Amino acid sequence: MTAPTHNTDDYLRMYRQMVRIRAFEDQANQLYLTAKMPGLTHMYSGEEAVAVGICEALKISDKITSTHRGHGHCVAKGADFKLMFCELLGRAEGYCGGKGGSMHIADQANGNLGANAIVGGSAGIATGAALSARMRGTDEVTVCFFGDGATAQGLLYEAMNMAALWKLPVIYACENNGYSEYTPTHEIAAGSLTARAEAMGIEAFKIDGQDVLAVNALATRLVARARRGDGPFFIELETYRYMGHHVGDINRSYYRPKAEEEHWQTNRDPITLFGDWLAGQGIASADDLAAIRTAIAADAEEAVAYALASPFPAPEAVLSHVFAGATDA
Amino acid sequence: MRELTLQKAINEAMFEEMRRDPSVFLMGEDVAETGHPFKFFAGLVDEFGTGRVIDTPIAEPGYMGIAVGAAMTGMRPVVDLMFGDFLFLVMDQLCNQAAKTHYMSGGKQKVPLVVHTNLGATRRSAAQHSQSLHALVAHIPGIKVVLPSSAYEAKGLLKTAIRDENPVVILHDKMMYSEKAEVPEQEYLIPFGVANVVREGTDITLVGTSSMVGVCRAAADILAAQGISAEVIDPRTIVPLDEATIIASVKKTSRALVVDEGHQNFGVTAEIAARIAEKAFYHLDAPVGRMGAMDVPVPFSPALEDLTVPTPEAVAAKAAALVRGEVSHGA
Repeated sequence: MTAPTHNTDDYLRMYRQMVRIRAFEDQANQLYLTAKMPGLTHMYSGEEAVAVGICEALKISDKITSTHRGHGHCVAKGADFKLMFCELLGRAEGYCGGKGGSMHIADQANGNLGANAIVGGSAGIATGAALSARMRGTDEVTVCFFGDGATAQGLLYEAMNMAALWKLPVIYACENNGYSEYTPTHEIAAGSLTARAEAMGIEAFKIDGQDVLAVNALATRLVARARRGDGPFFIELETYRYMGHHVGDINRSYYRPKAEEEHWQTNRDPITLFGDWLAGQGIASADDLAAIRTAIAADAEEAVAYALASPFPAPEAVLSHVFAGATDA
Repeated sequence: MRELTLQKAINEAMFEEMRRDPSVFLMGEDVAETGHPFKFFAGLVDEFGTGRVIDTPIAEPGYMGIAVGAAMTGMRPVVDLMFGDFLFLVMDQLCNQAAKTHYMSGGKQKVPLVVHTNLGATRRSAAQHSQSLHALVAHIPGIKVVLPSSAYEAKGLLKTAIRDENPVVILHDKMMYSEKAEVPEQEYLIPFGVANVVREGTDITLVGTSSMVGVCRAAADILAAQGISAEVIDPRTIVPLDEATIIASVKKTSRALVVDEGHQNFGVTAEIAARIAEKAFYHLDAPVGRMGAMDVPVPFSPALEDLTVPTPEAVAAKAAALVRGEVSHGA
C-alpha cells in the first residue's frame, strides 16, 4: 500500500466502513442459517474495499446504482444498520417498507438509487442519472456498480456507448470477483473487459480491488475528472466473493476450489491488509482496531435484535405505492 | 373550431409541455433534426436544442434504461419508440424497472416518464411493424396505458401523461396520424380514467379503443339504418379503466360488444368483457361479445392483412346478431 495522504479520521472511517460491511454480512448470513430471514441473500464479504474505496470518494449528492450483491454499496453510501436489517427481514420500518428486500434495497437520501435483481439491469439507470445530473445543472457523478457477470449483458454496452457519445459523468465499476454465479468468469467473458470500454473511447483501468487505498485514490481522481466533464470512465476491480453466489450456495467445491478461497481469505483480505497498514503507519494500534471491530459487531447485533422485534407491514400496505400521486392507494 | 391532424396535435402538446416545464425532455431515434419519420416532433429541436431533444442510437433497451434513471433523479423524459413492436425490446427496463420502482421502494422513488409509441395494422408493414401490444404493458401493475382515439384526445392525454408521476405508455394508431379533429386553441388536459360516451344509444354498448372508436362509430351508423341504437364508449385509458361508465352503460343497454385492435386471445377485449360479465351479469340479455385482431402474426399481403382487424361492417354484423338474440357458441 501507499504512503499516507489523508488525515487519520478519513483512514479510520474507511476501516470502520469496511468492518461494518463485514459485520452486517456476518449477521445476515446468520439470519439465513437460522431461518429468520425470508428468501435468501447474496454476501458482499471479501469485496469491501471496492464499495468503500469508491463511495468514500463520493459526496452524499452523488448517485450510485447497486446490484443483487448490494449490502456493501448500501452501507458504504451511508445507510443505517437498523433500517437495512428491517428491510432484509421484510419489516415496515425498512428502507423500502419491506417491499423491496435485500435485492432492491435503496437509500435515496444518501444517493443510493437501489440494488437491482436483474444482472446488468441498472446500467441504463446509472447512465440516465448521469444525464439527468448534467441536465439539472449539477456536478453530481454517478457510479454504476456491477459484477463480471453483467459484462455479458448487451444493455451495458448500449448505455456505455451513449455515455461515451454524450460524455456523461458516470463511472462503470466492474467488480470482477471471478465468478458469474456458479461459473468462472473466463468461461463467460471473451477477451479483455477493459478493452471493451476502450473500444468506445472510454478510459479504462484495471486495479487491485482488495487495496482500499489504491481504489480510493483512483476513484477520487476519476470522480474529480468526471465532475469536470471528462467522463465516462470504466474500472475493473479484481476482487473475491468469500461466500457462494448466495447464502444457500454452501457446497461449492465443484466449481471453486477450497484452497483458492483460503488463499484469498488468508492473504488477500481487504480489512486485514488495511488494518496491517494502519498499524504499520502508527495510525491505529492492533488493539484500537480490535476495539473498533468489537464495537461494530455489537452495533450489528443490536440492529438485528431491533429488526427482529420490529413489526411487519400492515396487510393494507400490499395495495399502496403501485402508483405514485393522486391515484395512490 | 380549428381542425388539426393527430400529428400536429402531438406536436403542439410537446411544445406546450416543454415550454411549461424545463424538466421535460424528449429522446428517441431520429427525433431531433428529422423530427421523427412521422414528423410529430418537427421544430422541437430548433426551439429546445439537442440538449432536450436527444437523438439516440438504435438501442431501445439502452435509452429506455437511461430514461428510467433520468426520471428517478428529477427529470421527465418522453421516450419515443418508433414502432410499438419495439416494446418487446424494452420490456426489462419498462416492466421490471420503471413499473416496479415506486412500489419496491415503498413509495420513496418516483419514475415519471412517458413512452410514446404506436399500434395498428393495415399499413402493409408486415408482422414486426404492425402489432398492437398495449395489453402487454397493461398487464403489468405500475404502468398507465393511454389509447387516444383522435387528435383531440391525443393532445389532451399526452399533456396529462407528461404531468403524471408514473410510467405512462401512450399508443397512437399509425393509421390516424393524418386524421383531423377539432382541437381547441386554448390549453386543455384530459384526465386519465374518464371514459368518453361518444354516442348515446339504448340497444347495445360498443366499447372501442384507439382507432376502433372510429370503427364503432361507423358501425353505429350502419346499425342505426337497421333500427338498432348503439351506444359507443371510448375508455381513453385502459389503465386506469373507467369501469363505472362502461358498467352503467351496459346496465342501460343490456348488451355489450368490446372492440380492440390487440390480439383477441388474453387481451383487452377479454379483460373488459370479463368485468362486464362480473358486474352487470343480471342486466345482460346476451353474452358479452368481443372482437380483437385475429390471432395470427400480421400478414403482409393486403388481401390477407385486411382480414385480421375489425371493420365497421363486421362490428355492425356482430352487434346486430347480439341484439337479435342470435347467440353463437362457435369459435
